Amino acid sequence: MKVHLTRRYLFSASHRLHCDELSESQNQATYGKCNNPHGHGHNYALEVTVSGQVDPGTGMICNLSDLDRSVQSEVLERFDHVNLNARQEFAATVPTTENLSEVIFNILKQSFTAAHLEKVRLEETMMNSFEYAGGAELRV
Amino acid sequence: MVYLTRKCEFSASHYYYNPEVSAEENQRIFGKCANLNGHGHNYTLEVTVKGDVDPKTGFVVDLKALKEILNREVLDGLDHRHLNKEVPEFLRQIPTTENLAIAIWNRLQGKLHVAKLHRVRVYELPDLFVDFYGEA
Ligand SMILES: [Zn+2]
Repeated sequence: MKVHLTRRYLFSASHRLHCDELSESQNQATYGKCNNPHGHGHNYALEVTVSGQVDPGTGMICNLSDLDRSVQSEVLERFDHVNLNARQEFAATVPTTENLSEVIFNILKQSFTAAHLEKVRLEETMMNSFEYAGGAELRV
Repeated sequence: MVYLTRKCEFSASHYYYNPEVSAEENQRIFGKCANLNGHGHNYTLEVTVKGDVDPKTGFVVDLKALKEILNREVLDGLDHRHLNKEVPEFLRQIPTTENLAIAIWNRLQGKLHVAKLHRVRVYELPDLFVDFYGEA
């Protein structure tokens, strides 16, 4: 039986949305307040969905503590309480939550192999959330 | 096609233990959940059904009928129970959230004559949930 399991994590980070290829006024027009020079921060909520067959011996698709450990060491330690613009992952891209979703998906795809990574969902605020399934369509 | 989700809650106790492996191995795999005295959760269940809107009633499903089926097939048997000791599916199977979602799907499938079952979602904690779509 194939089951999907979702775990939710929290982290806080700052960013500034700014594209070097655009002029100052174009940046202002594109990003508004998010372009303010010293940046701002969010409490992000990250939901990681993995899928797999239920192991009859454990009743689980993967051990939750393994998933927690991967997310902790590969994602939260990288991005919690940092300035995203200063991270090498965003050396060439703007740390929008779209880009952050893709970065986190790709990191976990590499580092967590105990179950199939379906998607990540990232809430930037209570009003905005983003989902990335490695390019696949989302499932209802 | 419209999807409709009904939410309900139940509280139950359980423990995770595989009698085929040693106590140490159970401890290693399941940690605190292996304590044989058990512990409990407030579960949230979301059942999603799908169907075409009936042109006369404007409904995909009669919610009252759906609620009755959920009460009879799921909540009456799980709410305020010890899953390992009182719920037939878990006498021989570990009552993880994964297995719980599958068991609830199986209880509803076939009984849900009012609409087509699409997804069973079980929250064990606000930050941990499982989805089952009836896939092999
Ligand atoms: Zn538990």
